[in-house]
Amino acid sequence: MSISISPLNPTVIGDTAAVRVAQMAPVGRLSLRARGDLAALNGALGLTLPTKIGTRATAGDLSAACLGPDEWVLTMPEGDVAGVEAALAGAYDALPHSVTNISAREVTFEITGPMAETLMTIGCPRDMASMGEGAVRRTLFDTATVVLWRDGADAFRMDVWNSFAGFVAQTLETGCRELAADMARAG
Amino acid sequence: MLLIHCPYCEETLPEAEFAYAGQAHVIRPENPSGETDEQWEEFLFIRENPKGPHYERWRHIHGCGRFFNALRDTVSDRFYTTYKAGEPRPDLSDFLGDDA
Repeated sequence: MSISISPLNPTVIGDTAAVRVAQMAPVGRLSLRARGDLAALNGALGLTLPTKIGTRATAGDLSAACLGPDEWVLTMPEGDVAGVEAALAGAYDALPHSVTNISAREVTFEITGPMAETLMTIGCPRDMASMGEGAVRRTLFDTATVVLWRDGADAFRMDVWNSFAGFVAQTLETGCRELAADMARAG
Repeated sequence: MLLIHCPYCEETLPEAEFAYAGQAHVIRPENPSGETDEQWEEFLFIRENPKGPHYERWRHIHGCGRFFNALRDTVSDRFYTTYKAGEPRPDLSDFLGDDA
């Protein structure tokens, strides 16, 4: 029970009147861990790292989401990764930190449509209403750890580790069809 | 499902995001080589296992990833409070109120 997912060959997983689930093209992701005065890192990145868990900051193509008290995930176009790594390396003396390129670790699913929030509830134990627009959380989706981004009332992105991606895609695809059937029955 | 308050996320979240991690406030000896076998046994293996309020560690493993401490009643599963790792043990009587 899993769909074959290739990180390099994005596909549409489900597309119904209720929800559309599509795998996104590869993006650059860096995991940043740091403690202390973040000013040097903020200067290197050109944005203010959010310190409240679940919030994010954006500057141009670069986005930083706070996942833990000392943990951020930075997303950017693939071509910008080397530049961001170099900028952070320049701030290492001011604030020692850890930067790991996790671009290839995960694939991202984009979930949009009028029933997108309902689709999330089939696998996510969290109260979806507690995630406002712009929120980012690491949470569970049907036993797989995922990073869930809420981009709008009806728009989510989900970062899933490669090894779980086929299973999660299958679950989402089944949910797409179930919700479309529900909508059709309700008229 | 239990709802657990993560002191780092400052949110009350479903139990599925958390993992239990044993008794809290078990302190590693400052001078390990000076410990006797009996003291090591006590440190490694002897736990309280109470029926009632229990100070214990939890980890928000599918969330912020942090370990924190909780005061939970092992009979009713009620969480009296949760607090960050390293903070002092809260006084049980603060939470029992009229039940005490």
